[in-house]
Amino acid sequence: MSNPQIEIQLIAAIVAIACAIPGVFLVLRKMALISDAISHSILPGIVIGFFITQDLNSPLLILLAALTGVITVVMVEFIQKTGLVKEDTAIGLVFPVLFSIGVILIAKNANDVHLDVDAVLLGELAFAPFDRLMVGGADWGPKSLWVMGSILFITISLLILFFKELKVTTFDAGLSSVLGISPVVMHYGLMSVSSVTVVGAFDAVGAILVVALMIAPAATAYLLTEDLKKMIWLSILFGVFSAISGYWVANILDASISGSIATTLGVVFLLVYLFAPKKGLISVLYRQKQQRIEVSLITFLLHLNRHEEESERHINHLQEHINWRAVRARSVLDLAEKNNLVEIENQVVSLTEKGLAFTEKSLEYIINNKDEKIEPMKEDFFLFRG
Amino acid sequence: MDNQTLAVQIDDLTVAYNYKPVLWDIDLSVPEGVLMAIVGPNGAGKSTLIKTILGIIKPIAGTVSIYGKPYSKQRKLVAYVPQKGSVDWDFPTTALDVVMMGTYGNLGWIKRPGQKEKKIALESMEKVDMLAYKNRQISQLSGGQQQRVFLARALAQDASIYFMDEPFQGVDATTEIAIINILKELRKAGKTVVVVHHDLQTVPEYFDWVTFLNVKKIATGPVKDIFNDDNLTKTYGINYKVAVNK
Repeated sequence: MSNPQIEIQLIAAIVAIACAIPGVFLVLRKMALISDAISHSILPGIVIGFFITQDLNSPLLILLAALTGVITVVMVEFIQKTGLVKEDTAIGLVFPVLFSIGVILIAKNANDVHLDVDAVLLGELAFAPFDRLMVGGADWGPKSLWVMGSILFITISLLILFFKELKVTTFDAGLSSVLGISPVVMHYGLMSVSSVTVVGAFDAVGAILVVALMIAPAATAYLLTEDLKKMIWLSILFGVFSAISGYWVANILDASISGSIATTLGVVFLLVYLFAPKKGLISVLYRQKQQRIEVSLITFLLHLNRHEEESERHINHLQEHINWRAVRARSVLDLAEKNNLVEIENQVVSLTEKGLAFTEKSLEYIINNKDEKIEPMKEDFFLFRG
Repeated sequence: MDNQTLAVQIDDLTVAYNYKPVLWDIDLSVPEGVLMAIVGPNGAGKSTLIKTILGIIKPIAGTVSIYGKPYSKQRKLVAYVPQKGSVDWDFPTTALDVVMMGTYGNLGWIKRPGQKEKKIALESMEKVDMLAYKNRQISQLSGGQQQRVFLARALAQDASIYFMDEPFQGVDATTEIAIINILKELRKAGKTVVVVHHDLQTVPEYFDWVTFLNVKKIATGPVKDIFNDDNLTKTYGINYKVAVNK
């Protein structure tokens, strides 16, 4: 690997981490769309900042543009508070206006500078190593590495300091307000950090990929864990993994780096969505199938329990009575027999002692469905899975 | 009650959403040590009243004081149980962690909860009989268990006044009895408890103080004196008859 290659991957990885951290809280607060709005509406801020500073990596430009991001949030909330439109509509009203102001400003004034709409939307990571930080004639590496590194440092420091506050305001804003931990302060804090991160990252990866890097890793992690700290770690992991592997995909296909990273993020999410152990699609379908069999089994046992007379318990009769197709009746009967819940004698099915005990417990389960007494029963039901 | 200490005093309180008043000119005193129900029809402003007392909603007129001082100076005296449906129970955390949040108020900003806070949280969970579920994901809890977790969190706040927004909503009978027993214990310990309540039948059994609310305050006082058909009719607007157990 050449030096620029390493630098590009390093920048991509740092951008990914810096985006993943606020992303977790945006996803948990159901504010994913806000990141989309911010990433577009910072454009006029960037253009105006660029006119003033003539440097895309200037801290002043970053602050000016981030301010536009926060203004977006304020405007969305203001429109929403009128009660005339819902939040998603308010977002849809605000950011295209701000974004198009940016587009017009670029078209009118910035034709001769390095700032065009394509670069804004998609970014160009490949060029990042060319813009270097020179101090006293010495080369300190790419400027965007320093910019994003500083933003990441601030983000991590704030996360460590205010983890408890972020957690409680995200989970229960009403309680935090009562506790004296202002949800409003934390909200605007998070919005400011997100805005600064988006501005810092957009030069490298563009306005669209920034959204992907904020939302996709958090959404993926959310499928895998029920622990906030683990969710943050997993988001970072997915973000960095997608950034690095996306880079190499782009390298092999000779395609856009930011496009490849976004695609990788999507593929990773899809894989986790399918195969996650608890919340994944396949696992959910499997569980539903198992539950269907369990319910069938219990229905069958209850039927046996209720009918003493042999005619009601004859194998052929059962099929007609419970109204199942032959295959399902057969598989349920096999399952019951395999677990020693029933015995079959002369084509007549009867409950064993174990079967009787189980049926009675099941009845209790059905009756007390909402009660906590069923906790130990749940293990019994797992007995029949697989 | 003239010489009784007032836990909460509300004067001339008016609250509006988008300039439309939802609470009109409320005067209300809550004496220390009562177990009070706030009853009224849907949209009467019951939750709004609690949220305004707690400073979550700003009134357009009037004052609220907790033991004679504004709420912002008395935070540590107050605990709050919001409506169960007001939070997302798919939030990635455990029951114990939610109960610990009750201690954040005394901790203040930045400081992290330690062993002391964990101990408080565990004791609170034991009181609501939820210790066995301390490491359970909150999404895996039943409605009644979630309500107990919220109650434990309020106990962890270790306050003098407890405000609860419909704690009996969507819970099974066992949990309802468990909750009311804890509320009665709180009162015995000299705490003041204010509960937004829906089930009129249980008011005389559970509470000793009641406030009738429907945008305006209809009446407030001891259950045995004012919980009658007259006030119920005034509050609910229809000729209301309930069997009041004497």
